[in-house]
Amino acid sequence: MACGLTGTGTGTGTCGSSCYKDNNDGIEDSTNTFSPPSSTTLLPHMKLCYKCKEEEVINSTGGLCGICFRNSLFAKFKQSITTHDLISSTDNILIAFSGGPSSRVVLEFVHEIQQKAQKNSDASRDKLYPVFGVGVAFIDESAVTSIASDDLDNAMQDLRLIVSSLALPTKELHIVPIQSIFSTDLKDGRNKLNELLDTVNDVTGKEDLLCHLRMLCLQKIAFENKYNKLVLGSCTSRIACHVLSAAVKGQGYSLPADIQYIDARWKTPVVLPLRDCLAQELNLLCRLNSLKTLDVLDAPRSGINDLVSKFLTTLQEENPARERTIVRTAEKLIPFHFNRLKETKDTDETLPRRRRRKVNLQPYESVPSEFLCSICCSPINKLDMECLNSKLEGCETNFTIFGASCCPSCQFQILPKDSSSREQFYSLLPRQMTTRASDFIGGDQTWLREQIKDCLLSDSEDGT
Amino acid sequence: MEDNDGKQKKAGGRLCSICTQRKAALKRPKTLEQICRECFFDVFEEEIHKVIIDNQLFKSGERIAIGASGGKDSTVLAYVLSELNRRHNYGLDLFLLSVDEGITGYRDDSLETVKRNEVQYGLPLKVVSYKDLYGWTMDEIVKMIGLKNNCTFCGVFRRQALDRGAALLKVDKVATGHNADDIAETVLLNILRGDIARLGRCTSIITGEDGPIPRCKPFKYTYEKEIVMYAYFKKLDYFSTECIYSPNAYRGFAREFIKDLERIRPRAILDIIKSGEDFRISTTTKMPEQGTCERCGYISSQVCYIFSCLHI
Repeated sequence: MACGLTGTGTGTGTCGSSCYKDNNDGIEDSTNTFSPPSSTTLLPHMKLCYKCKEEEVINSTGGLCGICFRNSLFAKFKQSITTHDLISSTDNILIAFSGGPSSRVVLEFVHEIQQKAQKNSDASRDKLYPVFGVGVAFIDESAVTSIASDDLDNAMQDLRLIVSSLALPTKELHIVPIQSIFSTDLKDGRNKLNELLDTVNDVTGKEDLLCHLRMLCLQKIAFENKYNKLVLGSCTSRIACHVLSAAVKGQGYSLPADIQYIDARWKTPVVLPLRDCLAQELNLLCRLNSLKTLDVLDAPRSGINDLVSKFLTTLQEENPARERTIVRTAEKLIPFHFNRLKETKDTDETLPRRRRRKVNLQPYESVPSEFLCSICCSPINKLDMECLNSKLEGCETNFTIFGASCCPSCQFQILPKDSSSREQFYSLLPRQMTTRASDFIGGDQTWLREQIKDCLLSDSEDGT
Repeated sequence: MEDNDGKQKKAGGRLCSICTQRKAALKRPKTLEQICRECFFDVFEEEIHKVIIDNQLFKSGERIAIGASGGKDSTVLAYVLSELNRRHNYGLDLFLLSVDEGITGYRDDSLETVKRNEVQYGLPLKVVSYKDLYGWTMDEIVKMIGLKNNCTFCGVFRRQALDRGAALLKVDKVATGHNADDIAETVLLNILRGDIARLGRCTSIITGEDGPIPRCKPFKYTYEKEIVMYAYFKKLDYFSTECIYSPNAYRGFAREFIKDLERIRPRAILDIIKSGEDFRISTTTKMPEQGTCERCGYISSQVCYIFSCLHI
């Protein structure tokens, strides 16, 4: 009836066009029943994706529809992997899963490229295309959080469902309590963990120590299960927070180490394929694609890290590009030698010729060996190193040596101040941390002797 | 025991943690120690003295201009430099150098303060004004371009005005009252803005060493709160009104953040400065070159370009 009315007024062509659009949208536009349609009337109601021009634009995507929005994020992910060789076909990678949007997306994207690799491998006759393996690790921190056990059980169930519902190839899920790095006896480990955290007075220091312990735990899982790479879901927003937090804690020298795509100072190198995506984008993607996240596991933060996070949220509201600007600034700081993967020639020979193309990376200016803090594994710069060495002279006890091998930031916010608390702190630490301090002292005697020589010379000059 | 102590004026009153004799009068912002006034004066001045000596800011016989705005930082700087110059025999000739931007109701009042400082401290004062140097007052500039971006114009003008004034006085160096809070704020802003060129040099205690007159910041590690406290206890005369044209919106974000940080962890201000000092900037990053302006011969800045805009 409506079509009939319109038809009499304008003609069959226009009528057909109008009918088609109405049916396609599934929306009854009452204005069409009373007035002839025109292009100006239609435009305000239908914004089309600027990329595909077919689907409706979704808010906050920068003019994209749902599918193109996902594809643009996936393209950034893929670009990171390809350009920086983050995942190769012979890898066995472990995804650190926290339940948040970032790690949820990284799990989804890694799964997608694994599936594609599997299809390629199945389709090829000579089986020249190996497929990388994927495992998922979740660190259970219920020993130190106040989460209710019912909520935790539900979260664990959801987690197992998320991983098991992914199509083949199968991904092994490792759920490991964080206290396992202290002792194989979980009850004993729990007590040690809580005692350790109690010796740290500074709220921010406690939070950062827990973060370092988490990485130790992930490294342990990766090592014991023979994974050769650890994938984190760190996005632009998280890295921007880290840049500011590190600057505020006096870690300007070491902060470039933590923000590169690759971090190979660990036994199992850490890679960040989602580094170019914003938290806001990843949150939106999870909502649009119904990717389930485990919100109950979000730990409340406080202290310096929380203040930085709130500050950035304020700035982001004023200028959405702020987080990218911060990361771009930090990218201009010199990375360290371990911010690239060691090249293995064995892998190259097994691959077809055309897959050996590699991006020519700029040569890094760096010293061949870098001394790392025993607690946070941050590189220690030369000036701070000299201060540490002067403290080392005359040291005898293990915990004193350990204290002297920490960076100034950890010394301030994590190490206890008085001697007896420090001794207790040292006795509670997981072995991986204390052995690191031993390596610090034992390794590279030449370098240390050289430093001590410098001190001795200056001492003799003072004596004169 | 405490009752018998005649020196104890109040029950439960704490003693200074440094001298352990006098009653504590304040909690030191930088370290949170409870100390008396005399010890506060001593540690405050001694730290600045140490900064001057360690960084070799001055040499005996040099003529030093102190950038004097009438505010707390420059007033305390003038006072402390006079004291240390006398006490430690630096052998410096000290001058006060003020810039008159021509802002009615603000700069004229603050300059009255500097003139009083000239008399109180016995330091010769030189005032250079935008009107004399450029033919414009800030009032006139704002009338023409509005409030937006006027701080940028003023900042560029003031920088050259200070150089010109220093040249007129024939001084060797200019000392400014930039404190630790200012420098930490600048480090943060340069990270937020992506200004890598400035990030590399904003923590330098001496800048412009390749230019005609270097500038130095003796208060680089001195907290703003301590400067206020020092001025208060010494009963120094200073002017504390903010500029009437300054919207201060963007810098305000960073300033507020730094105050929040200081509350949680006083040492964060020094930590930010340390980070700024420790940043290693990639040499492949192209840094802007610094040259001499063709028109006026001074170190290249935007003054002449801005003048062209104003005259159009």
